Amino acid sequence: MIDFTEEQLQRYSRHILLAGVGVEGQARLLASKVLIIGAGGLGSPAALYLAAAGVGTLGIADADSVDLTNLQRQIIHFTKDVGRPKVESAKEKILALNPETTVNTYHVFVSADTIGDIIRDYDFVIDATDNFAAKFLINDACVLAKKPFSHGGILRFTGQTMTILPGVSACYRCVFPAPPPKNAVPSCSQAGVLGGIAGMLGTIQAVEAVKFVTKAGTLLADAMLTFDAQLMDFRKIKIRRNPNCPLCGEHPTITELIDEEPPVCDLKAAHEGD
Amino acid sequence: MNLKVNGVEKTIAASSPTISELLVLEKVEMPEYVSVQINGAFAQSKDFGTSRVAENDEVDFLYFMGGGSR
Repeated sequence: MIDFTEEQLQRYSRHILLAGVGVEGQARLLASKVLIIGAGGLGSPAALYLAAAGVGTLGIADADSVDLTNLQRQIIHFTKDVGRPKVESAKEKILALNPETTVNTYHVFVSADTIGDIIRDYDFVIDATDNFAAKFLINDACVLAKKPFSHGGILRFTGQTMTILPGVSACYRCVFPAPPPKNAVPSCSQAGVLGGIAGMLGTIQAVEAVKFVTKAGTLLADAMLTFDAQLMDFRKIKIRRNPNCPLCGEHPTITELIDEEPPVCDLKAAHEGD
Repeated sequence: MNLKVNGVEKTIAASSPTISELLVLEKVEMPEYVSVQINGAFAQSKDFGTSRVAENDEVDFLYFMGGGSR
């Protein structure tokens, strides 16, 4: 068992007191590595909570820069950060919150060529991206590499999330075998999203990462949690692995990574999904 | 007939509709992009026009939700 410093005992005291986490769970958190893909609406709260929780190494991948329209919900970025790369802005806040965190930044959009190297060293991945091409790519890469991850999506007043344990529980393609056609499904930049929805969902994803690392509780695997904040209605739908899944089913047709066509609505929306 | 749709028990004015018909009856937006589970098993979209729901089936509609980052 690692020796905690006096400062660590204080900083993490509410975890150490907590049955299910305790000294052992906190030690696991300090030794853990979590990758967040997307430093936006979902990635902001996820990164802050995971830094606060003492996750030893946080990876942040995002190619974008902070835009004024982001600040309504992307709470890791401040007004002064407009124009800065999101990974830089996020790293600064993470270190301000918890200087013990090792932060790795990846100033890229993940692609079939790059994602394998990026996810390799991490224990758990959080999909905090805003477009289907990235969501399917992350699912495929994590399932093929047997890397546990959390899927998340938000729109308007609603959110959905599921945790995927590759080879054990249903994957994103078990639910949605292929991405929707271009423009078929509105993105947040077209349909809008209530800022706090990103906080609700990204926080759930962070909690799943912490549960995975500490082995506390039961993960949101083989289930999809959806909520509609207009009614404040939460629903957990049980899901089974799909024998027809093109990725993890009985006769997989996807055996290597492909870049699904990104959703191009217009030039600005192409990389500003939410 | 009685069904449980998205966790809510309801009576619908049709008997054993196909999944495609049920999507219309339930006014599902953009039904071609919705995943459907019947009693916990995913229906393949190619079967939506022929697979029928039965009395007391539990039907779940799952929607694409793509936002999150930017």
